[in-house]
Amino acid sequence: MKKEKKMTLTLPVEEYAGSGNLACQGCGAMLAMRYFLKALGPRTVLCIPACCWAVIDGPFPHSSLSVPIYHCAFEAAASTATGVKAGLEMVGDDKTTVVAWAGDGGTFDIGLQALSGAAERNDDILYVCYDNEAYMNTGIQRSSATPYGAWTTTTPVKFFKNQPKKDINAIMAAHRIPYQATASISYPEDLFKKAKKAKGVKGTRFLHIYAPCPTGWKSRPEDAVKLGRMVIQNCIFPLYEIEYGEKYTLNIKVKDKKPINDYLKLQGRFRHLKPDEIQIMQEEVDRNWARLLKKCEGS
Amino acid sequence: MPGEVHRHGGGTEMKKVMMGNHALSYGAMLSRAQVIAAYPITPQTQVVELLSEMCADKTLNAKFIKVESEHSAMAACIGASITGARTFTATSAQGLALMHELLHWASGGRLPVVMGNINRSMAPGWSIWTDQNDSLSERDTGWMQFYCASNQEVLDTVIQAFKVSEALAIPSMVVLDAFALSHTYEVVDVPDQAKVDEYLPPFKPPYRLTPDDPHAFNGLTSPEHYFELRYKLQKDMEKVPALIEETGREYEKLFGRYLGLVDDYLCDDAEIILVTSGTAGYTARVAVDELRGSGLKAGNLRMKVFRPFPFEVVQRILKRAKKVAVVDRNISYGHHGIFAQEVKSALYGQAGDIPVFGFIAGLGGRDITPASFLEVVDYTLSHDTPEDNILWIGVKK
Amino acid sequence: MPKKKDAKKIVFQSADEMPMMPMSIGSMLYNKTGSWRNIRPEIRLEDCIQCGICWKFCPDMSIGIENELPVVDYDYCKGCGICAEECPVKCIVMVEERK
Repeated sequence: MKKEKKMTLTLPVEEYAGSGNLACQGCGAMLAMRYFLKALGPRTVLCIPACCWAVIDGPFPHSSLSVPIYHCAFEAAASTATGVKAGLEMVGDDKTTVVAWAGDGGTFDIGLQALSGAAERNDDILYVCYDNEAYMNTGIQRSSATPYGAWTTTTPVKFFKNQPKKDINAIMAAHRIPYQATASISYPEDLFKKAKKAKGVKGTRFLHIYAPCPTGWKSRPEDAVKLGRMVIQNCIFPLYEIEYGEKYTLNIKVKDKKPINDYLKLQGRFRHLKPDEIQIMQEEVDRNWARLLKKCEGS
Repeated sequence: MPGEVHRHGGGTEMKKVMMGNHALSYGAMLSRAQVIAAYPITPQTQVVELLSEMCADKTLNAKFIKVESEHSAMAACIGASITGARTFTATSAQGLALMHELLHWASGGRLPVVMGNINRSMAPGWSIWTDQNDSLSERDTGWMQFYCASNQEVLDTVIQAFKVSEALAIPSMVVLDAFALSHTYEVVDVPDQAKVDEYLPPFKPPYRLTPDDPHAFNGLTSPEHYFELRYKLQKDMEKVPALIEETGREYEKLFGRYLGLVDDYLCDDAEIILVTSGTAGYTARVAVDELRGSGLKAGNLRMKVFRPFPFEVVQRILKRAKKVAVVDRNISYGHHGIFAQEVKSALYGQAGDIPVFGFIAGLGGRDITPASFLEVVDYTLSHDTPEDNILWIGVKK
Repeated sequence: MPKKKDAKKIVFQSADEMPMMPMSIGSMLYNKTGSWRNIRPEIRLEDCIQCGICWKFCPDMSIGIENELPVVDYDYCKGCGICAEECPVKCIVMVEERK
């Protein structure tokens, strides 16, 4: 059966991520990589530390991506990428984009020093943090990217995560890198555009991608894209760009800001929360949103 | 040109007075290292300072990455090496320890990174003086280890290390004593660049990280595969001693100096042989000369290559002795001196009757003098077998 | 992207056959993740508005396009249900996987 009109495709058809990979059903990290590679194309090398993607790609001697990967030590994504970039230039290749592709643990926590070092030197690497808000690969332990209120295996319900999510974007802005942006797997065209933009910038670039994890969040696999959309609509994870730590651009000016309750209801990791605890979370979201709006106005 | 020396074959070399640290820098420069990532630590700083200058004034065409820790230094070297660039770094003690995880990464990843390590005591308490525990703590990581006793040896060893490392895809470290060698000035023949290029061609690995030939490196490796990959590393390590001797002769033809696996000083007819390493190995010669002067047939076996352990040559030389006295500037707590352990294991089944006396001296930079060796020999001569696994020299008990 | 033709799990008979370093030499297409499913998506093509959303949001690249219409590759589809959830006209239904 063939229809008269063509399929509407808002992204290029070419795939650089393949089937047969080991991602869970409904994996946000998988979607992040798929869209990112569509934007970067084949002249890309990935440095991947310990994280879900160290496993998703598949075991030796197989790989599901068609770009080269260097699996590196946990805290060394940015430092390995820095070395790769220097090496490639010395062997005559200044066209290949060098990407560090790390989870939130390898970025916010153990990898933060190397990332800060690379950013301070303005090394010419594109650092992507796909954020599923915990150490998922090792079985859902809390990281500093885990939001306040979440259950994880190291923040059980009676001692749920009691600190707010670390503001990694403020940390990167403090380094005054030429380009950084947030993105969500539920807005693939926006992610694609930002990845392409980052590709064309020289110096340290940072992308923070929201990547829902049904396994770790105890949510339904089919809700992954919905969650990535809700998180923008309720302003928990706004989409914005920062240039040189000063120029803020808000990509989606949310007009009808939704309360966070519906978002929390879809995830088992928040099931235990009481109304007053949810209120604390809502107030934090409101404060962060107000702060961001001010920064964007002043830019 | 002042200081120029003409050698066989017509190449010119330059004699320069330099410190041990700078001999490392010259070695890396002549080897045309392409990416250097390093973090400062006493007493290594001069290595990287000179390399930094060489990069800045284009004496060396390399990228110098001023990383923010030693862990990042080794990570960056690993990243550069997998793209096919020749890499070099230098560190010491705490810095080497911080790199520990990544030393495994370089060897398991089969990357020929060459590193200078200045033997410095491990803290606490803070010590900047020399002993060998830092590098010997890394003896299981799959890196080759070369222990030097002169600045000339340092420079020559760096160049040869690159050659052997790249031939077998195994990283190596060139080790020198803190201050006793790193900061001691000696005259060094600086080889001619063209001849070094003849000896050490550009690095051309069969596989590298490039979109032109995409692979995923170091992925999840199950019990089905890991064992064989590590078996291959060991098998290649076993080829190293022969390759060191072969490339050493090549180097000798070009530059007139042969390094080899050990420095055999008067061991041929020796009844008591000292086993030493590092600068203490040269101090031992002074004692040997004195002992020979008073009629004792003493000899000194200075170990230049520790990893891979050169079993054959050690067995061949020590088998002839009546007694062996190993002087370790290190200790494996709960066991005894590390060279002593390894010498004993080399002699097991080969010359089990020869008593091996294990001495420990000079930890934390405590001076080892010719008198220390006379004390060692004195004890060894007056005892049939050692009273203890560790015989302490110079400790105020 | 490699074709399914090379879809075979690589087995080494000896150390000599292995590359020197742990390095990939084949794709993951041998791994038919379709076996993970409990439920499978079925598309009512007659109601499909060709918006491309199911193709876009599949985390396993298991929805291809043939004759301008989406087609599920059941060899790899893990049955996550995102396509059914996101379809704007609800023409994709998740049904129990046949035994």
